[in-house]
Amino acid sequence: MFDKMLEATPSRAVPPPAMEQSALLHVRIEPSKGWISLGLKDLWQYRELLFFLAWRDIKVRYKQTTLGAAWAVIQPLFTMLVFTLFFGRLAKVPSDGIPYPLFSYTALLPWQLFAYALTESSNSVVANERLITKVYFPRLVVPLASILAGLVDFAIAFVLLIGMMVWYGVKPTWAVFTLPFFVIFTMATALGVGLWLSALNVQYRDVRYTLTFIVQFWLIASPVAYSSTLVPARWRPFYGLNPMAGVIEGFRWALLGKAQAPGAILWVSVVVVGVILIGGLYYYRRMEKTFADMV
Amino acid sequence: MTDVAIRCERLAKRYRIGEREAYKTLRGVITNAFSSTFRGLHSAAQRSPNGSERLNFWAIKDVSFEIKRGEVLGIIGRNGAGKSTLLKILSRITHPTHGHADIWGRVGSLLEVGTGFHPELTGRDNISLNGAILGMRRAEIARKFDEIAAFAELEKFIDTPVKRYSSGMYMRLAFSVAAHLESEILLVDEVLAVGDASFQKKCLGKMGQVSREGRTIVFVSHNMAAVRALCHKAILMKDGVVAASGMVADVADDYLLESALGASAKEWRDPATAPGNESVRISYVRIIPPEGSAEITIDTGVQIEIGFENLLENINLGCTVYVTNRDGVLIFESGHRISSDRDSRRGFYQVVGRIPGHLLNAGRYSLDVLFGKDQRYVLLRIDGVVSFEVENTATGRGSNMSVAPGVIRPLLSWCHSFKEESSLVKQP
Repeated sequence: MFDKMLEATPSRAVPPPAMEQSALLHVRIEPSKGWISLGLKDLWQYRELLFFLAWRDIKVRYKQTTLGAAWAVIQPLFTMLVFTLFFGRLAKVPSDGIPYPLFSYTALLPWQLFAYALTESSNSVVANERLITKVYFPRLVVPLASILAGLVDFAIAFVLLIGMMVWYGVKPTWAVFTLPFFVIFTMATALGVGLWLSALNVQYRDVRYTLTFIVQFWLIASPVAYSSTLVPARWRPFYGLNPMAGVIEGFRWALLGKAQAPGAILWVSVVVVGVILIGGLYYYRRMEKTFADMV
Repeated sequence: MTDVAIRCERLAKRYRIGEREAYKTLRGVITNAFSSTFRGLHSAAQRSPNGSERLNFWAIKDVSFEIKRGEVLGIIGRNGAGKSTLLKILSRITHPTHGHADIWGRVGSLLEVGTGFHPELTGRDNISLNGAILGMRRAEIARKFDEIAAFAELEKFIDTPVKRYSSGMYMRLAFSVAAHLESEILLVDEVLAVGDASFQKKCLGKMGQVSREGRTIVFVSHNMAAVRALCHKAILMKDGVVAASGMVADVADDYLLESALGASAKEWRDPATAPGNESVRISYVRIIPPEGSAEITIDTGVQIEIGFENLLENINLGCTVYVTNRDGVLIFESGHRISSDRDSRRGFYQVVGRIPGHLLNAGRYSLDVLFGKDQRYVLLRIDGVVSFEVENTATGRGSNMSVAPGVIRPLLSWCHSFKEESSLVKQP
C-alpha cells in the first residue's frame, strides 16, 4: 500500500536526451555487510578531490601568520638547537661519529613529518565532519589528504638540511636514492596509525586528548636525540617494533652515508607497518559507513 | 527499463536513538561496563525486548519508487517524515539498513550549499575547492569558472577571501557553483530556504532551466509553493513511509487533506502512548475559539491550551509554539516561560496562549510544540501536533468574501480626507 510506483511521464517533462543506458554510470546502493573491499578504484576516481583537499590544507596552514612557511624550518631548527645543547653538549650522547646538530636534525625531519601526519590524520575525520555528513566521496580521501599536506613542510625544512650537509662537508653516497622510500615509509607509518585513530576518534573523542601524549611518548621512544646503537645489539630487532626507529636509522643511512645500512631494525619495522596499515585500512573501511551517523 | 534514473526498492534505515547525540567517551564505556556488571542479572531481565525496541527508530521504512530520466520529483512531508534520510541514502552519505536503490547516471547532491568553503580562501580558490567536493573535474571547473563568477555577480571580489564577504555574497557564490553542476541527476535538499527573496527566485529559475535540459532532479522540501513550481511528480512522506505518490497536484492535495483532517484537539489519556520522554509528557493540546465565540475566524483569534506533565524538578522550563501555514511557511513562534528561577515542579501544568484576531489570514495552520530548558535546550519537540482552520470573513474588505492574498491578515486603520476639487474638471 505504501509503495505505489509512479506512472506515466508527465506532460511537462521533456523527453530525455538520447543516451545509451550502458554509457551511464550505474551505482547500486545497498546495506554493506561484513568485510568489504578497499574501494581503491573509487579512490582513484576521486584523486582530484584528494589533491584539492591537500592543496586547501597547505594554502590555509600559514594564513594570517607573520612568519608563514618559515615555521616549517623554525620548529625542527629550534628543537635541534635544544637537543644539541642538552643531549649533545651536556649529556654527551654519542652520535655515531656524525656532528650532533646534523645527527639530530636529520632525524627531526622525518619525525616532524610523522608527528604532523599522525596528528592531522587522526583528527581529520572529525575536522571534516561537514563534508562527511553532506557529500559523498570515498572516505579514505580525508586522512590521505591531511597527510600529503605535511610534505610541503618537509620539503622546506629539507633545504636547511642540505645547507647543513654542505657546511659540515658531508657527502651523500648512492644510498641517497633510497630516500624516497623512507619518506613514503614515514607517511605509511603515520597513515597506518592515523587510520586507526581517526576512526576511533569518531566514536571516542578521548583520542584527541590522548594524541599529544602519544606523540610525546613516541618521540622519546624513537632514536631522534640518540642513536639506536645505544640499544644492545641483540635487542635491536625488537627496537624495530617501533617503526620510527627503522625510519630514522634509514634516513641517517641514506643521507649521512653511515657505513652500515639499518638491517634487522628496518625489516621488523616494515613488517610492523605493513600489519598496522593493512589492518588500519580495513578497520577504517569497516567503520566509515557509520561516520555520517556518528560524527 | 532503459529510461529509469533512480529505482528504490524497499529502502529502510534504522537509527539507534541517541546515536547521533552524545558520542561515547572511554569513561562512559568504562562506567557503563562497571554499572552493568553490578546491576547484572536484574536489569537484563527488565530491559529485554521492549527496551531494545524503544532504542531503535526507523527513519524510513520500505520506501519504493522509480524516477524516469528527465523527471523532476518533489519529496514533501513534515519535519521528521524521513525526507532528508532518504536523500542522504540516495547521495550515498549513509547506508540503508535494508533494501536497495539503483542509480543510473552521475549524481550531484546539494544537501547544503557551500560545503567545504574555507573562509581564509579567496572566492576563486573556493570555487575550485567546492567544485571538486561536489564532484566536478578540474577541467570542468576551469571551463565554467567565468560563468560561475558571473552568475554570482562577484567578478570584482573573486580574489578576496570569502571571510570578508557579506553573507549574501557568500550564499551567491556557493549556490552559483552548485548551479553549474553538470551531473545527470541532481539531488537537492531545502537549500533554497536561505538567501533573500530575489536570490531565491534566481535559484528557482536556474533549477527550472536545469530541468528543461532534461536532467533528473529530486527536490526535497516542505515548501509547497516551490515544489509546485518545479516538480512534475511528487512523493508524500509520512512517518518514514510513502503516504502518496503521483502527479504533483494530486499529492499536494493529499498533503493538504492530511493536515485538514488533523483534529484541532488531541488528548492522550494513557501516559504510555502520550508523546513525550523522560523530561516532559504531553497530555493534551487544544485549539479552541476564544471565550464568547463559537468558531475560529480571522476576527476572533485562537486560544491554545496545552496540558502536560513535567518530570523535571527545579529547572527553568519554557513552552513554545510554532505556527506554520499550509505552504510550510513558519508564521511565528511564541512562547511562555513557566519557571525562570529554577523552580519548576513535578506534575501537571496547563499553559494557555491566545493568538489575537486580525493576525492570521484565513486557512489551515499547524502547530508545533516545544518544551525547553534554560531557554536553550530542547527537551521535547512535537511537530504538527494539531492543526486548525481559521475561517474567512469579509472584515476590512467590504463585501469581498474571497480569501485575501498574503501570509497574514492585519486590520489596519486607514483614513482619507478630501483636499480640493480638481481644477481640470470643467464645471458643467
